[in-house]
Amino acid sequence: MNLKELIKNNLIYLDGGMGSLLQEQGLKVGEYPERWNITNPEKVKNAHLSYFNAGSNIVCTNTFGANILKFSLDELDKIIKCAIDNANQARNESCLQQEKFIALDIGPLGKMLKPYGDLDFEKAVEIFKTTISIGVKYGVDLVFIETMSDSYETKAALLAVKETCDLPVFVSNAYQENGKLLTGADPLAMIAMLEGLGADAIGVNCSLGPKALIPIIDKYLKYSSTPIILKPNAGLPTVIDGKTVYNVTEKEFATDVYSMVKKGVNIIGGCCGTTPSYVKELVEITKGAKITPISKKDLTVVSSYTHAVIFDNEPILIGERINPTGKKAFKNALINNDIDYILKEGLSQEEKGVQLLDVNVGIPDINEKETLTKVVFELQSICSLPLQIDTSNVDAMESALRIYNGKPLINSVNGKKDSMRKIFPLVKKYGGVVIALTLDEKGIPPLAEDRLKIAKQILRVASRYGISKNDIIFDPLALTVSSDCNAGKETLKAIELIKTKLNAHVSLGVSNVSFGLPSREYLNSTFFALALSKGLSCAIINPNSLEMLKTYYSYRALVGLDNNFTNYIDFATNNTFIQGAVKTPEVTDLKTSIIKGLKDSAIINTKELLKSVEPLKIIEEYIIPALDVVGKGYENKTLYLPSLLISAEASKASFDVIKETLPKDKSNTKCKIVIATVKGDIHDIGKNIVKLLLENYGFDVIDLGKDVDSKVILNSVIKTNAPILCLSALMTTTVSSMEDTIKLIKEKAKYCKIIVGGAVLTETYAKNINADYYAKDAMEGVRIAEKINSKL
Amino acid sequence: MIKVKKYVGFNFDIGEIKRYAKISNTNVFDLLINECIDEVKDKLTYKVCYDEFDVNVINNRIDFGVFDVNSSNLSVNLAGSNKAIIFATTIGIEIDRLINKYLKIAPSKAIIFQAIGAERIETLANAFNNEIATMYPNFILKPRYSPGYGDFDIKYQKKIFDVLNCYKNIGLTLNDSLIMSPSKSVTAIIGLESKG
Repeated sequence: MNLKELIKNNLIYLDGGMGSLLQEQGLKVGEYPERWNITNPEKVKNAHLSYFNAGSNIVCTNTFGANILKFSLDELDKIIKCAIDNANQARNESCLQQEKFIALDIGPLGKMLKPYGDLDFEKAVEIFKTTISIGVKYGVDLVFIETMSDSYETKAALLAVKETCDLPVFVSNAYQENGKLLTGADPLAMIAMLEGLGADAIGVNCSLGPKALIPIIDKYLKYSSTPIILKPNAGLPTVIDGKTVYNVTEKEFATDVYSMVKKGVNIIGGCCGTTPSYVKELVEITKGAKITPISKKDLTVVSSYTHAVIFDNEPILIGERINPTGKKAFKNALINNDIDYILKEGLSQEEKGVQLLDVNVGIPDINEKETLTKVVFELQSICSLPLQIDTSNVDAMESALRIYNGKPLINSVNGKKDSMRKIFPLVKKYGGVVIALTLDEKGIPPLAEDRLKIAKQILRVASRYGISKNDIIFDPLALTVSSDCNAGKETLKAIELIKTKLNAHVSLGVSNVSFGLPSREYLNSTFFALALSKGLSCAIINPNSLEMLKTYYSYRALVGLDNNFTNYIDFATNNTFIQGAVKTPEVTDLKTSIIKGLKDSAIINTKELLKSVEPLKIIEEYIIPALDVVGKGYENKTLYLPSLLISAEASKASFDVIKETLPKDKSNTKCKIVIATVKGDIHDIGKNIVKLLLENYGFDVIDLGKDVDSKVILNSVIKTNAPILCLSALMTTTVSSMEDTIKLIKEKAKYCKIIVGGAVLTETYAKNINADYYAKDAMEGVRIAEKINSKL
Repeated sequence: MIKVKKYVGFNFDIGEIKRYAKISNTNVFDLLINECIDEVKDKLTYKVCYDEFDVNVINNRIDFGVFDVNSSNLSVNLAGSNKAIIFATTIGIEIDRLINKYLKIAPSKAIIFQAIGAERIETLANAFNNEIATMYPNFILKPRYSPGYGDFDIKYQKKIFDVLNCYKNIGLTLNDSLIMSPSKSVTAIIGLESKG
């Protein structure tokens, strides 16, 4: 019978632990169990056979760690072939009559993906694909991705399956006691992402015993529309007389798992510590059990690497600030590849309370695909909010969707045939929710009824691609009232129509309504309130606008969405805008603000000074002298590193204010410096501190990040003609990369002086690897750079 | 079979945090440290995986049964030991995220989180060390020794990771440059010399 059909209405028994069975038969600590497929085929086959004979419908091949990171391609091919042979032989020998399937078992690669490890996402996809292709070649019935404790790696594995074969695919994650994966995802975040990517069954295995997994499984039961897998450990391991023993008996195990079957779990088995007797007990206790097929939950949900956001009655705020439209400083940041500027914009919106971030980096002068992908990658490494990928460039969209760690919101598709033809396949493949604009080849209809017609047409076409209404949020488009005074009214009517006639979610980029008019915030916030009252599900807004936030919190309080007015009271009494409005700066001059590290005060004083003093004069006569005071204090050991950094943060804030008034090429008073942590090294605290100080001293710093290839560094030095290169390495194992980089620069860009630093380096070592200068700390780095700059 | 231990938590040692941040002689940052502790304390996990191995030291070669090490410093450290505990510990990835995040918006806080991470992982390793002392009352414990110390080559990290199955057991990984991720992690060997 077709497995995909079978799992919809039947109880499916998986196998139990494999590693522990093989250890009992002599597998040594540190020995790769996968090699036993070749060296001890009989023992592996017998393990499978005992599971089939206990009643398992599905056994997993002994290929948990079979990948090209561990084995050569030849050996990997042989291991997988033998593993499948062993399982097939067991299936042939088993006399029991149940349906029997063989799953290609895929475990984690044992390496952390970037940015916290060194494994590239696409490389991980390729590694999984190699294993899966071999499995498919030798013939399996399904692929079972299991014990995944990182959402990003889980996505890489699932994408690899989808791009390699059409086999059914089960995905099971290993949660910690805190109910999250090692890298932070909660069950709903995983459900959203895995259902989006098209897993056939999803669930939980390993880590804990069945009782401890109940709260996690309950979340799956609440949110999943896909059949649920439960494959717990036999409790927790304890050591008795030097032997590891698990503390849950077969009976207890089966009883606990059965309690979850009664709630709706239908794919069951065991993990570490479980044996064929556990599966047998499970089969016996559940004999004749009635199955409740999993119900459709019809959720509109997006997710990040930590959590999901459900669209329901609660209006969702999407921060609009990562968008270059009308922002000179933002455009400059994009042109200069200043990703930190964009990241700060994201983090600041997160702090203001938005639930999602819109990410739009579309300007003509850049490679949008590269930039959007990089920004999404960097944002999701430090900001936990789900992202809305906002671009009209289809290539850029696909590239960003691929590397996105979660289920994204996609902005946007519209009613034009061409748009739907290009965007819907991406929505389907990468599993996003898409914003659908109610316009078509004829443009935006002036009347709400016609926008509803387009919405209906979009739904019809989407369903042909297998995209359900839940994964579409309509945007009926806020048009500018200054050019048509009825525009606002029609948009509000369209919201109401889509909500009532289609029962679909509606989004709006609210601020468009007031374009060209004075005091736009008044109009925006009132329009926002009206739209909310018509049932608006989410809005793209500027969270720096106090008026918009006032509307949002007031609306929620007034329509009963804010229990006990908790959020409203918190907003009204603790909001930094409101507090900020009455707070006066602590000191009145810029120098003291910087020396004392008072960021807000530094900003206010800079703005004040800019009214009467030339921007460059402020840098030279106020900022740098103030920094020199703290810098010297640090060098004389009367001040500590955190003090130096707090001052640097204040001066950076002041700099940023000044930069907004200057053209990019005029805001730096000193030369260009390229800075990077060398290939193989993922530590960048030191490098970032050096960068911050150099920027504060007026240098134009091009930060290439961490783990940077020598050729990339060379290209940047040549392209920017930078006379200084700063390199950092923290480990003895990566100093050789530093040496290689120096060698390359000395060959191809001799004019560039190289300053090196990092925990393992010394003056002597720096000389040995041919660096021009060694800096023991960030301040010394600044002093050396100043010396080089003065001679240019 | 490799054993796994999880700890609920330990008191924060402000003095040690200040020592790691090189701010021992001032109280200016105490408030900031406490703020950072509040932000991170619920995000840490304390995990150890370990096992006991027989040890045979012949000159500079140490045979653990599962792999051999060539190191004169380690053989001096293990002299007299007939068993050893090989272990790996980590406090998880979340502190790395916080350090990365604050490097972008407030590097002064990143420095404090860095110091907190160092204090946490040392506290965890010490707690585990003490537990081993209790578990082996009839043995003298040698000071724990990590790859990278002296001439104990850091390349042996790979062997330790293979033997302890660090990723599956505690979520700890090693990159191609032998850098551990999560970064606040320790691997080490504790020699056990029989008192009798």
